[in-house]
Amino acid sequence: MTIIMDPTNERVPVTRQITPRPASITGTVAFLDIAKPRGNVLLDRLETLLKDRAPGIVVRRYSKPTFTKPAPESLRQQIRAEADFVIEGLAD
Amino acid sequence: MKVLPAFLLEDAAGEASSFPSERPSLICFVKEDCPTCNEIVPLLEAFHRAFGDRLAVLVPGQTADGNALLIERHELTVPVLDDSRLKVSFAYDIDTVPTIFMAAADGREEQMLVGFVRSEWQALAEALAARFGVPAPAIDWSALPEWRPGCGSKSVDPLIADRLRAESENSPLRARRIEIASQDDPFEFMFDQGFSDGLPLVPPTPERVLRMLAGTRRDPQEVIAMMPPNMGEATVEKVAINAVMAGCRPEYLPVVLTAVEAICTDAYNINGVMAPTMGASPVIVVNGPIRHRLGMNMKLGALGQGNRANATIGRAVRLAVRNIGGAVPGGTERSTLGNPMKFTMCFAEWEERNPWQPLHVERGFAPEDSVVSVFTMTSGPVLMVDQDSRTAAQLGGSLGLCLESAFHPKAHYATDVLMVVCPEHVDTLMRDNYSKADLRARIQEVTARPIRELVADGRSAVGFKEAVAAQMSAEELDRRLPKFRQDSDIHIVVAGSEAGKFSGAFHGWATGEIGSQPVSRKIEEAD
Repeated sequence: MTIIMDPTNERVPVTRQITPRPASITGTVAFLDIAKPRGNVLLDRLETLLKDRAPGIVVRRYSKPTFTKPAPESLRQQIRAEADFVIEGLAD
Repeated sequence: MKVLPAFLLEDAAGEASSFPSERPSLICFVKEDCPTCNEIVPLLEAFHRAFGDRLAVLVPGQTADGNALLIERHELTVPVLDDSRLKVSFAYDIDTVPTIFMAAADGREEQMLVGFVRSEWQALAEALAARFGVPAPAIDWSALPEWRPGCGSKSVDPLIADRLRAESENSPLRARRIEIASQDDPFEFMFDQGFSDGLPLVPPTPERVLRMLAGTRRDPQEVIAMMPPNMGEATVEKVAINAVMAGCRPEYLPVVLTAVEAICTDAYNINGVMAPTMGASPVIVVNGPIRHRLGMNMKLGALGQGNRANATIGRAVRLAVRNIGGAVPGGTERSTLGNPMKFTMCFAEWEERNPWQPLHVERGFAPEDSVVSVFTMTSGPVLMVDQDSRTAAQLGGSLGLCLESAFHPKAHYATDVLMVVCPEHVDTLMRDNYSKADLRARIQEVTARPIRELVADGRSAVGFKEAVAAQMSAEELDRRLPKFRQDSDIHIVVAGSEAGKFSGAFHGWATGEIGSQPVSRKIEEAD
């Protein structure tokens, strides 16, 4: 972790920028299973619902090796390269 | 006697030891790769065994791996504490390992020993035995060297000391600390936060900011200006943070601070300078001995790229305006075209090549003063090309004709100008012993136009309004107006290489009290 000193007048809280949210879902949606038991059940159900509501999208499934650790860099890059959206089932 | 800093440290097994405890304490700082420390840790072990139930023997070690080695090598049972973050070593302000502190139960220091002097340690062992009424530990003192110097404490390692100073409780830094997650790229993060002028920034880590602050004697929390448009408090520390990001060396900081003070004056009016659609920006000129000390460029390519001091001082000032003042393009900064001088524009005057008074002397300072002057420009450096004139009157005339384009050829009395006269042009002017006053007068002479030529017409609506002109007598319409309201609106400096008959001009913005007036300030910490 790097620490830097705020160069501004500190009137605005430091915020992390998030990717702009598109208005509709198209293309490929990554479903990331964090490898907690029954996470796949949740994602299966979500996949059914999503395909109903957004026909034409492609769903690709991915899994983390373990829920206890952050996703490996290679997996994050793979998802970034292959998908337009990510839905991740976090914790229980 | 002073009270020693309290601490809580753990050994490798996670067992915590705190100081002060209910017993007197013997604290000895050690480092594994120090031969003297290896010589004395068996003595600490012996002290621990002999006095351990009455005396807390605490051994903060400066590296985690080294602590493990020391324990294994010397079969230690005395608590070897993990001070690998060096916070305690720093708090105790030690220069050398081993350093031993003997402290009373209430934490007061009783004795301090640095390095190893056999007689001192032996006396200490005997004193402790007497104090606690137990036998002294069985140590063969004669087998030990008479004395050994210690080694440098890791906490004073130059690579580490700045970090420790930045992190300590009495750190001079007060700005908000921003943690950038290890998976974030600091460079991308700073772009995302909007800190940048569009080019990469040096991450202003606490260590770098502290090193930058070493360039000034001023208090980091001194407020040097309230910076428009958002009236942000420009403290020395905040300016230093922006100077780090810009790529400055610490010795540039006094110039940056002085320039920030200068642009934030009412006369200079940075608020007005940053906002307009016209796209104004400061030009910073440095005079005096500090030019040489900082290695500033005043010769070949002085107004261009390639010199760190020129480039980063100007950039630091602009970043301060952006980040502290809050002037951001599209926000309060609304320049139609913008201009590249908004990244940075700072150079030094080649005083030694200047036959006249240099800018700062002309503006009331002593030649040996180091001075920052700030001028507001909207265009430039506009090149004034004359490779043909051989007399001062011809060349002065040429420069005047070129300057007539400032804003618009028909706009007279509208602005001021900062001329950068190149050495070859200086030589031509000096062939006829032209003074600065002669040059100014010549410029005014050749640019003087009858008002009737400056009236709005079919060619261009700029100039005197037709209705105003209609009220004027023929005599008034014949009156000739020079380009500049007063001769002193023509500011003259010398810079550039020995080769080339090309001078430059920065055209100004609104002048006088309604606009921006040039401001010069002495750099108080120049020596």
